Amino acid sequence: MTVTTTPAPAPAPGAFAARAGGSRPLAGTGTLLRFALRRDRVMMPLWIGVTALMVLSLPASLKSVYGTPAERAVLAQQMLANNSLRATYGPVFSDSLGGLTAWRIGVYAGILAAVMSLIVVVRHTRDEEESGRQELVSAAMVGRRAPLTAALLAALVANGVLALIVTGGLAGQGAAGALALGLAIGATGMVFATMAAIVAQLTESGRLAKGLTGALIGAAFVLRAAGDSATDDGSSALTWISPLGWLENLRAFADERWWVLLLFAAAVAAQGAAAYVLAGRRDVGMSFLPTRPGPATGRLGTAGALAWRLQRGAVLGWSLGFLAAGAAFGGITKGAADLVGSNAKTREIIERMGGQAGLTDAFLAAMVNMLGMVAALYVVSSVLRLHGEETSQRAEPLLAAAVGRLRWAGGHLVLAFGGTVVVMLLGGLGLALGYGAEYGAILGACLVQVPAVWTLGGLAVLLYGLSPRLAPGAWAAAGLALLLGWIGPALKIPQAVLDLSPFGHLPRLPGGTMTWTPVLVLTAIAAALTAAGLACLRRRDLAT
Amino acid sequence: MTKAISVAGLHKSFGTTHALDGLDLEVEAGEVHGFLGPNGSGKSTTIRVLLGLLRADSGTARMLDMDPWTDAVELHRRVAYVPGDVTLWRNLSGGEVIDLYGRLHDGGRARRGGRGGGRAGGLDPARRADLIERFELDPTKKGRTYSKGNRQKVALVAAFASDVDVLILDEPTSGLDPLMEEVFQKCVREERDRGRTILLSSHILSEVEELCDRVSIIRKGRTVESGTLADLRHLTRTSVTAELTGPPNGLASLPGVHELDVQDAGVRHDGVRCKVRFQADSDKLNAVLRSLTDSGVRSLTSTPPTLEELFLRHYQDDVRADDRADGSEETVTR
Repeated sequence: MTVTTTPAPAPAPGAFAARAGGSRPLAGTGTLLRFALRRDRVMMPLWIGVTALMVLSLPASLKSVYGTPAERAVLAQQMLANNSLRATYGPVFSDSLGGLTAWRIGVYAGILAAVMSLIVVVRHTRDEEESGRQELVSAAMVGRRAPLTAALLAALVANGVLALIVTGGLAGQGAAGALALGLAIGATGMVFATMAAIVAQLTESGRLAKGLTGALIGAAFVLRAAGDSATDDGSSALTWISPLGWLENLRAFADERWWVLLLFAAAVAAQGAAAYVLAGRRDVGMSFLPTRPGPATGRLGTAGALAWRLQRGAVLGWSLGFLAAGAAFGGITKGAADLVGSNAKTREIIERMGGQAGLTDAFLAAMVNMLGMVAALYVVSSVLRLHGEETSQRAEPLLAAAVGRLRWAGGHLVLAFGGTVVVMLLGGLGLALGYGAEYGAILGACLVQVPAVWTLGGLAVLLYGLSPRLAPGAWAAAGLALLLGWIGPALKIPQAVLDLSPFGHLPRLPGGTMTWTPVLVLTAIAAALTAAGLACLRRRDLAT
Repeated sequence: MTKAISVAGLHKSFGTTHALDGLDLEVEAGEVHGFLGPNGSGKSTTIRVLLGLLRADSGTARMLDMDPWTDAVELHRRVAYVPGDVTLWRNLSGGEVIDLYGRLHDGGRARRGGRGGGRAGGLDPARRADLIERFELDPTKKGRTYSKGNRQKVALVAAFASDVDVLILDEPTSGLDPLMEEVFQKCVREERDRGRTILLSSHILSEVEELCDRVSIIRKGRTVESGTLADLRHLTRTSVTAELTGPPNGLASLPGVHELDVQDAGVRHDGVRCKVRFQADSDKLNAVLRSLTDSGVRSLTSTPPTLEELFLRHYQDDVRADDRADGSEETVTR
């Protein structure tokens, strides 16, 4: 075969000059955006769908419980009068179905939008740099500002779609109110998207950036809760500091205050600009909070010690979070007890949240149940550390040393299952401290949740043991349990479906009667799932 | 000599991909064995089977007379491994990782009160310090701040400092600079002198040529050549260039002479009539040289085959075969 070479046509001088002139900081943004949306094609629709479902299902379920305007007016009055419930949900600005929907779910939908946004933004900025993939991308025809812009645009697309679905779905309750709630939820998402963009410039690790932004969302919630507990019209300065306070102060379905949208716009613009300035002042992969050097020699000597070293931050964070959340719930419960205890409508609400008779006990039981379902997220994330260690190839040299697979996995599983007990006990301690009584009963009730959490942990071990590809399915299982427990009863889902969640089988404590059968059965199921998962792990090939 | 590693007829598939297709590998105790093959030929898969990370579909694999799958933990006390792509925990310093691996290899023995009472973390502290200095590694940096080469140094220091019998090195120098490459080669020789067995997977042929006693070349999951470098050279051709004072009578018809090129030099004052250039099969070299001297040799250069040529010969056969197979389609698509 002969090779003929044809001389390449000389580039026209003009074309060359155009390419050389200007660094085109946004070149490639469109490609990166499409790529980001493709990578998020499962997570984003799922997250948006669940959030929208929560919001859109509410008018119907509110209507089924509070059928007449008079009943709704009583509900609104009572909810507005109690400062604990104001701290939980915010003040009620309107007793229309739309107004009650915005009150009951607005802030929580905003939080879900915020968490989605922070994950999207950090995933496509700091995570990419940390993994080194960004270098490869930046070396292509990609402008300096394109990655951050693409990440923010991806968040904008997600929040925009969510706002659109909420607006369309609630339009029947009043077009203006629906638009206001949709925009408020989407704008809250964008405020935290740009906040995450700033934090991602500061840290070297994506995990830390997500954690810090998550803490900022928590702080926004606490500020709003404190402000709303002090005033009943959202006028407290504390409420106005929090973006979640802006969300409620837009007053969807209650004579909307459209100018509040300007606050969102100003915050997004200012934070976005700050993120671009910071990003422009640092090198790829670098950060403003550099890593400090570590010790030259180490004391780690076993796989178990390594597992503790890798997971101790998470265990500590979850423990403190549960203690604080428990204390906040406990304080709210104490306030709820002050509420007119004989009011049937209020009690009905609390009972719908999963409680039984006995108002405060029902409230406490609901809170304990909520802690248990959130602890399922802990156990799944802790078990799936194994998955992360394997797929990142860090497990390979460990298992090539004198460490058996069971000992390696065992170290992480002790932390997952033992950590569940610690986290639940601290949540219970916080709850009891906040409530100021019933220490034994509350701690006991928290321990009763543990077998259900373990069951989900066991499922995670089994899925991981079968194949690393199946492992992320454990998140879906924990998410489903949370969804069924939280909004299942309100949606009147058939009992057979609700029974899929291990939490549905537990006795309602405190207040209900303790039954040992479900506790023992769930413990046995968790043990069997874990054993089966470990047996599979021993037999299969490691991911390479 | 006993076999440190003995693999026969190893098969391993991932779905429809046949990664290992009857691979054989014999590594003598105390030798440095080069494991050569193009990307995707099954080197890393073989190593992962030897480490008990993957389970072979069929065939036998033994290391230090143990089964890599069932005796994994016991075997790994005596084996250190350096992967080609080292990943570290981002919040652990290099020093911590080195000591962790040291203890994981040796911890059992130390705890049972065996040897090395005064050891820091299963590693000999003097050897550890010496290696860190020679590789110019900063052990206080955290995992995420190391470059690829430095991550490899962390794994190399941990492996060389461990008291093991077998070192398995999977493309260990792909991120090292030439100076560090030299340090690495020196360390490998020291390890061999201490009687350790080393399996060195590599495609840096000069490194293999420099270090290895024997090599195995694999292609598409199968061993195609195995032996000492001298053995392998016998199987291939030597390039010869000679200036002759007479015509190269009969050279063209001699068995073992390939790609003969004769240049007439005209009439030169030194009597050289022609210049010949050819490839000779190494085992026919004797007859070929006799024929040359018959024609009168004025000057002679002969170059032994390099490992590159050896390697490329196998690899190119492959490429040519592929070309032939795909040829018709390619012409259409082009």
